[in-house]
Amino acid sequence: MAAVTTTSRQKLGWGATNLVVIALALIPVLWLASLSFKTPTAILDPSFVPAQWTWGNYTQILSTTQFIRPLINSIGIGLIATLIAVVLASMAAYAVARLRFPGKGVLIGMALLIAMFPAISLVTPMFSIERAIGLFNTWPGLIIPYVAFGLPLGIYTLSAFFREIPWELEKAAKVDGATPFQAFVKVIAPLAAPGMVTTAILVFLFCWNEFLFAISFTSTLASRTAPASLAYFSGSSQFTVPTGPIAAAAVVITIPIVIFVLFFQRRIVAGLTAGAVKG
Amino acid sequence: MAEIVLDNITKRFPDGALAVNKISLDIADGEFVILVGPSGCGKSTTLNMIAGLEDITEGELRIGGKVVNNKTPKDRDIAMVFQSYALYPHMTVRENMGFALKLAKTPQNVINEKVEEAARILDLTQHLDRRPANLSGGQRQRVAMGRAIVRDPSAFLMDEPLSNLDAKLRVQMRTEVSRIQRRLGTTMVYVTHDQTEAMTLGDRVAVMRNGLLQQVASPQELYERPANLFVAGFIGSPAMNFLGGTVEENAIRTGIGDIPLTGRLQQVLSRSGSGRDVIVGVRPENFEDASSVPADVRPHGITFQASIDVLESLGSEKYIYFTQETGSVDAAELTELARDSGRADTGSGEATVVARLDPETRISEGDNAELWVDGRALHVFDPATGQNLTLGDSGSPASSAGPGGGAAPAQADAGAAGQDTGSAAPPPR
Ligand SMILES: Nc1ncnc2c1ncn2[C@@H]1O[C@H](COP(=O)(O)OP(=O)(O)OP(=O)(O)O)[C@@H](O)[C@H]1O
Ligand SMILES: [Mg+2]
Repeated sequence: MAAVTTTSRQKLGWGATNLVVIALALIPVLWLASLSFKTPTAILDPSFVPAQWTWGNYTQILSTTQFIRPLINSIGIGLIATLIAVVLASMAAYAVARLRFPGKGVLIGMALLIAMFPAISLVTPMFSIERAIGLFNTWPGLIIPYVAFGLPLGIYTLSAFFREIPWELEKAAKVDGATPFQAFVKVIAPLAAPGMVTTAILVFLFCWNEFLFAISFTSTLASRTAPASLAYFSGSSQFTVPTGPIAAAAVVITIPIVIFVLFFQRRIVAGLTAGAVKG
Repeated sequence: MAEIVLDNITKRFPDGALAVNKISLDIADGEFVILVGPSGCGKSTTLNMIAGLEDITEGELRIGGKVVNNKTPKDRDIAMVFQSYALYPHMTVRENMGFALKLAKTPQNVINEKVEEAARILDLTQHLDRRPANLSGGQRQRVAMGRAIVRDPSAFLMDEPLSNLDAKLRVQMRTEVSRIQRRLGTTMVYVTHDQTEAMTLGDRVAVMRNGLLQQVASPQELYERPANLFVAGFIGSPAMNFLGGTVEENAIRTGIGDIPLTGRLQQVLSRSGSGRDVIVGVRPENFEDASSVPADVRPHGITFQASIDVLESLGSEKYIYFTQETGSVDAAELTELARDSGRADTGSGEATVVARLDPETRISEGDNAELWVDGRALHVFDPATGQNLTLGDSGSPASSAGPGGGAAPAQADAGAAGQDTGSAAPPPR
């Protein structure tokens, strides 16, 4: 009896704690959504539900290149950086998981170091470098640092996945006449696909959310990404703060993330290796 | 199809572990050779070297007359079946079986034809479009075999292919493997832990220990004329019993009495003089209930008393177990055998002896029975080198008492590792 009451009380406690945490995390997001539907004059209205609903903020941002162009930049830069990072990371992770080579420890350490390095301390030197070699305010100017920061993340996630794949599959492929590259592409990579998808999502989210490099290494719409563009929004007149459009843009940026996570959650968890070896 | 020649093959891993030590073995075209030995003796490593999955540290490997040391697995035309089957989980059975052919750029219609034929042989036709995850253990095993046979390779390598199956399925698949090999006539090297597989499947059996080849011979020859203590103890189930003994004038003094020395053995042992310690090996079937031994046979052996601890009746035969003062039977081989089989009773001065008796016997549990042991069928081993003295000294051919002639090749201990005695030519086929 005592045990049962303890359990249900524990459950209650956990439930309450979870609710508080979720509320703390969600209320600002909901507040943002609410703001994005308010008319410019109602921005300072403290009520949570807008008195008068409007799509005005959305039509405004979606009809100006001030936001559309950065959105395209974000998608393009994010996809390219993700693709490059996943391809490179899967090769590196495969080596880390499967091969013994001198300097492996150093390589892993370096990757960890990059991941831990505070980005802010790199901004100034990288800014100078990008200016000097003409990468400033271009897509590659953002893609390269994104790949660099996405790689350690990718190597870590993917090497965990590669370690799970039975080594004998690769031996079998070699005996079946595959070159090491064919064995990787036709046997190992398909089995690591869930891992690659996971990695791709993580890297893409990193690129999508990144703000510091985006604001520092861009100067025009040619390469400015969506998060950075928010800082350049102007109000309808000189004297209005563009709170509504900023809120609407923030919501637009958040939507892909929500879709991504909901859509791929199952894929991330699903293991493909079942049945490879004795059941 | 091709012959495989291992010429003084050695494998040393980067961490310094010597897994395979100067193995020489000639495997004839179409021959079925079994590799057996305790866990960790280098069987898989040997197989991997033949397949090209491990580098060969020293020595030469020839397949079909060509040196292949530096060839990739792709260029060796060898198929391998792994213990874990290693089926590609993302491919259907059909794709699994056709993978090698597809890599070789075989036309799709030829692939289909070959896969379907293999599926017919292996009774997999109705499973061709399923994934390995949806197959039973036995079916997976057959797919693994199918993947090997569609390629029509010059040799098959199998690394404990049946060890993941349950006992019944294993018996069934054992017959299957044998049938397939006979049907295709392809050279096969088969690694196993299983006594029955080793004794029933192969043309010849190679026994390994600690990376050294101990003896290569037909199953019958291994059983009847084991080259050393290790082979004697490893081959046969239940295992051979070992008793310590001392050579006397005309007999070997053991815990069960003085065993008279017969002609050939006398010659061998007399040379080293009396007082020499030996280990006497007796197979369970060489014991009899003394009362059922005809009077004219009795003088060939000795009778002794034993108190029977356990009696197992299997219908067609009875096994009795009794504890026997064995004297000192200290030999590295025996310690290792005991470790491998989970026994821990050697060298302690007393051991459980197993005897197989005729089912007619009236001996029962707890009796103090009179047993007879056939003196002609004993094996006598040198405790220091482990060599079987019954086969005669190396150099002097054994007399014709045993079946066949000529000393079986043996590499007794690390001390003899340098010699090229592990080599064995295949029997004519
Ligand atoms: N990659 C490796 N590095 C170092 N030592 C190894 C390596 N692989 C195997 N060994 C060692 O080589 C020896 C032989 O191993 P191997 O796998 O050939 O044994 P086995 O006879 O197949 O045993 P089992 O019956 O258990 O499969 C073992 O002692 C093992 O520890
Ligand atoms: Mg093995």
